[in-house]
Amino acid sequence: MKKGDHTPMLNMRNIIVTLSCIFFSIHAFCSEKGILRWGSDANSGAPYVFRDAKDPSKIIGLDVDIIEAVAEKLNMKPVFIQNQWDGLIPGLNAGNYDVVIDGLEIIDEREQAIRFSDPYYITYEQLVVNKENHEINELKDLKGKRVATLPASLAYKILEDTGDVQIKKYGEEINAYADLASGERLDAVLLDAPIAQYYAKHNAKLKFVGPNIGYMKYGIAFKQDNNALRIKVNKALNILIKEGKIQTIIEKWGLWNPKMAEAWGVSVEPKTEAVGYKEYLRSMNLERTFIDKLKLYVDFFPLLAKGAVRTLEISMLAMVVAVVFGLFIALIRLYAHPVLSKLALTYVEIIRGTPLLIQLYLIFYGLPNLGIKFEPYVAAVIGLGMNYAASEAENYRAGISSIPHSQMDAAFALGMSRLEALRHIVIPQAMRVVIPPVTNDFIALIKDSSLVSVITLIELTTVYGQLASTYFDYLGIGLLTAAMYFLIGLPFARLSRMAEKYYSVNNKKQLKGVQS
Amino acid sequence: MMISATGAYISVKNLKKKHGDLAVLCGIDLEVTPGELTVLIGPSGCGKSTLLRCLNGLETLDSGSIVINGVALERSEDSKSIMKDFDKKARAIRENVGMVFQSFNLFPHLTLLENITKAPVVVKKMNVDLAHSQAKELLIKVGLERHADHYPCQLSGGQQQRAAIARALAMSPKAILYDEPTSALDPDLVHEVLQVMRTLDDEGMTQIVVTHEMRFARDVADHIVHMQEGRIVEMGTPEQIFSSPKDERTRRFLRNFL
Ligand SMILES: Nc1ncnc2c1ncn2[C@@H]1O[C@H](COP(=O)(O)OP(=O)(O)O)[C@@H](O)[C@H]1O
Ligand SMILES: [Mg+2]
Repeated sequence: MKKGDHTPMLNMRNIIVTLSCIFFSIHAFCSEKGILRWGSDANSGAPYVFRDAKDPSKIIGLDVDIIEAVAEKLNMKPVFIQNQWDGLIPGLNAGNYDVVIDGLEIIDEREQAIRFSDPYYITYEQLVVNKENHEINELKDLKGKRVATLPASLAYKILEDTGDVQIKKYGEEINAYADLASGERLDAVLLDAPIAQYYAKHNAKLKFVGPNIGYMKYGIAFKQDNNALRIKVNKALNILIKEGKIQTIIEKWGLWNPKMAEAWGVSVEPKTEAVGYKEYLRSMNLERTFIDKLKLYVDFFPLLAKGAVRTLEISMLAMVVAVVFGLFIALIRLYAHPVLSKLALTYVEIIRGTPLLIQLYLIFYGLPNLGIKFEPYVAAVIGLGMNYAASEAENYRAGISSIPHSQMDAAFALGMSRLEALRHIVIPQAMRVVIPPVTNDFIALIKDSSLVSVITLIELTTVYGQLASTYFDYLGIGLLTAAMYFLIGLPFARLSRMAEKYYSVNNKKQLKGVQS
Repeated sequence: MMISATGAYISVKNLKKKHGDLAVLCGIDLEVTPGELTVLIGPSGCGKSTLLRCLNGLETLDSGSIVINGVALERSEDSKSIMKDFDKKARAIRENVGMVFQSFNLFPHLTLLENITKAPVVVKKMNVDLAHSQAKELLIKVGLERHADHYPCQLSGGQQQRAAIARALAMSPKAILYDEPTSALDPDLVHEVLQVMRTLDDEGMTQIVVTHEMRFARDVADHIVHMQEGRIVEMGTPEQIFSSPKDERTRRFLRNFL
């Protein structure tokens, strides 16, 4: 008896000890190591935040090193959150991450919505033109010309102030310089000097012209009310600057310049090697043979496959939402009180009459203003699901309406309630009409799911953008990605065709039956 | 079975019904004794279908009353609770009163056997095996035992209508209403359907039949009711109606069928 008692007691004590260990270690982990979520756009984001050409799952760059150094000083764990350039500030305000660092210039317009840290880098705008172009030498030569830049940047404002310039907004720097090199679509590109250095300098078809334009300081952005974090980060940043750590990082990326030396009162001569920049140039100058490319594509496969799985996951969940919620709306439209029915119709019309992209933005960036916040994953499923629910509702309604009312009468006459009649008589018949368009919608949904890449979600299209902008290969990787989408949709396309065939054969049989 | 003081199973008093502005039924009084076969005749559009649908609670009524098996249907549109009450009573009535439609209205996605077992299983929660054996017997009764696994579309009109009667019988109704059950059939298929109704009459089923089959009416009906423009113009035994109609309109109407 006593022996028997003894062991469980020991176990019990063990459990308590283990539990408290876990509890305290979690507690310790939380208090010692907070998490610093930083948002940035790694697509064609050199030299700030970009993908390592040797290992595209790794992100590197000036801003990466800076935020990691700051986080280390603060004893926090940095966590990178991908978002596209346009969405960086909205995402910050929606609370998807704590800071933004992505070569953001400290300018007045931005100060209104957010707050900046002290500057960690100082630079200027660089004008770049085609080698063949001898007309454009400075800012005032740009009048009447087609000039590309990034939206919401200081360069954009400078171009606006110059007046009479045809400003072309580009989402990604590479594309701007590529168009400039081909000489067809653009006459010049005005962008921050580091960007020009990383995307244009080594291109034999392009040249730098004119003096340094403007004076910009880069800062880390915070939500307006997050002053506590801003003060902490500033403190860390200033210590790092004093220690020379920031200068080392800037030099590593080959970005040390006289403006910086002057601002921080140090020597213009760099003290360390630009190892990062050199490595970048090496990867840039690599002439890739066809075999090299094939090898790269094989390397990409796991990344693309991961994106594809995410795409399929979101699509499936969204379809479940669409199918269930759609049926609900259809039944309200058909059988509920006229007021509710009108509401359901209004929902369907609004959803079908507005772009899915806008709906996703509203759900992900808009609703947080009203205090409703979703994880990107949830927002994607809800956005796609609610959107397709409107289509499914219309499919169901058309299907149910196609069943003659005499079927309902017959069911009533047999004593069935409305619900029983719907469930056993009307809906099973409507299914045959509804299944083909629903499967078709699912294929459309898989393709539309590429839009959720705008809400910081890493799915197939996001992966495509990352890889293509890292390797400057929009064609090969694009075809690979398209093939992935095609493969995901294939089983459902087959299913849809089978369903159609099945029902058409059935219908033929029925016709024959009637004739004989 | 509940019958009224006058011995009627179905009792209609001053029933009025409008469709929009159109007065379709303008005060119908009718009594049907258990076990009787009543034939309802009258020109197209006089309100025969509407009357049958009212009897089964498929239509609401504007005034008057319908009492079947002690359950009374009355005007229901004034409030939601009355409407709910109406639905409940209508369902109670349908438990005892089956209906057969001109276009059969079989369920096309179900086999004949499933057509017949569906309602007993869903509504009465009948055991599936029991429902099956009952359905098999009913199929034998209407001569369709070889077609149990066929879909409605594989059958002739006459076979479909017999299946529809079997489907109604599966709910063990006390009465069956037929709305022109043979009008959609080829002439040589009419007989087989009428034969089923004749058999049911012999077994004591209460039946109301809207039909233009005057031979059948004369041979089988206990009562004939003649309607015109939403009113009953004459009512009587086949003898009275066919041999010595009192109303001029009846005489004129019957002349079309000679
Ligand atoms: N749901 C309805 N809505 C409007 N009018 C109807 C409706 N059902 C029947 N009617 C009209 O009521 C009248 C009687 O129809 P019905 O009862 O079908 O006559 P019958 O069966 O004797 O031919 C006809 O004039 C018809 O047009
Ligand atoms: Mg009729």
